[in-house]
Amino acid sequence: MDERKEHPLGGVIPKGGTAHDYSTGGWRKLRPVLDRDKCTNCLICWVMCPDSAIITEDGKMVGFDMEHCKGCGICAVECPDKVKAIKMIEEAD
Amino acid sequence: MAITMTKGQAGLTGNSAIAYAMKQINPDVSPAYPITPSTGIVEEFSSYVADGAVETELITVESEHSAMSACIGASAAGARVMTATSAQGLALMWEMLYVASGMRLPIVLTDVNRALSAPINIHCDHSDTMGARDAGWIQLYSETVQEAYDNLIQAVRIAENKNVLLPAMVCLDGFITSHAIENITLIDDAAVKEFVGEYRPVHSLLDTDNPVTMGAMTLQDSYIEFKRQQSEAMARARDVVIEVGREFGKKFGRAYGLFETYRLDDAEAAIVILNSAAGTTKVAVDELRKQGRKVGLLRPRLFRPFPFAEIAEALKNVKALAVLDRADSMSGFGGPVFNEVRSALYELEKRPRVISRIYGLGGRDYKVKDALAVFDDVLKIAATGKVDTLQKYITL
Repeated sequence: MDERKEHPLGGVIPKGGTAHDYSTGGWRKLRPVLDRDKCTNCLICWVMCPDSAIITEDGKMVGFDMEHCKGCGICAVECPDKVKAIKMIEEAD
Repeated sequence: MAITMTKGQAGLTGNSAIAYAMKQINPDVSPAYPITPSTGIVEEFSSYVADGAVETELITVESEHSAMSACIGASAAGARVMTATSAQGLALMWEMLYVASGMRLPIVLTDVNRALSAPINIHCDHSDTMGARDAGWIQLYSETVQEAYDNLIQAVRIAENKNVLLPAMVCLDGFITSHAIENITLIDDAAVKEFVGEYRPVHSLLDTDNPVTMGAMTLQDSYIEFKRQQSEAMARARDVVIEVGREFGKKFGRAYGLFETYRLDDAEAAIVILNSAAGTTKVAVDELRKQGRKVGLLRPRLFRPFPFAEIAEALKNVKALAVLDRADSMSGFGGPVFNEVRSALYELEKRPRVISRIYGLGGRDYKVKDALAVFDDVLKIAATGKVDTLQKYITL
């Protein structure tokens, strides 16, 4: 194993975009659940998610990146009052 | 301040000599917050900045914590960075000292040794840098103004060596060395410039073509590996200190090693002591040698990394020795230098007896008579093999 590559000098992260490969979803207590019937694809959740964990395709909300969603619930709060398509449920349930 | 030289020598205080070395090194950035007794360094260096004698960006900050933080930021950006402090100043930097070493930033700091409060005191002892001894910084101690000047120039090379890349601090005694004028030999500006060379950082936050993240979090999966790397780099610094000290000697006629020995070859009794008090001890050694007593001295220059094997080798034929500390570790078992030296000697088959003496705290004078009294104890132990008092405070 090339240890220097594995552990670069002084903990430097030697390139950009590496957060994608690092799972931060492990400490999630609450999990977002999407009600597809209610969702209007306004993408406010996509804008507001601090972890870029809202997955979209062709301008539509398709789900959550559970490797990076830490369960903060911002998406559920920001989902418009008239829609409320995202619900947070206990991971344990 | 204009420096006048006569026959290649200049009468300078330790602070002036350090400021002059900084002028010659011409660092890119110097964040600093002046504090007694190192104030003179920052004061004189800021004159050099104001006069346009250096290209350094001097950052006046609101505290030493900020000074070290700015050092870290500037060093991470790829700059050669230097600062100076003393006592409470170094203590306030403490949190950031570990960040500097953990991020492997070769910042060079001069610490003019001063006692830590309380009670408040502005005079010399080593409690400040001894408190930072485990912070991952290389530590070089200086007996004289000349050595402090020479050490600072070498520290740049040692810290920036690609096999090391660790911050370094150069320590000299508050007032005793920082404020006393000594005739010293200065090196030509061009020769200093050539000796320290141009700093080329491994990573730079300003290199937008190669973006990096510094100071990221590491958890159970990798923190220990980074610490092991740091520890190995510290161990490698020992060889680099030897190389740089040898090269310095070849170029400028004053060679430096890991430590200095004085009349130690056939000595039966010895004192181990840091910095300016070694000079006083040498006078006592000479007096006792005149009376035919076999005494000698070992003065560690490099304290971090601690050259344990070499020090044990140098002291292996001594029957008894006293390690004098100008700081108490408050461990209940002697001072920090005592702990290191005694531990280093444990590897020997036949170990000398070792006693601890705490001296000179808060600038209390350490005189030739004090060294003679210690030698008296050590010679008795060498003759009888019996230790009466393992540890005590002297110069009370």
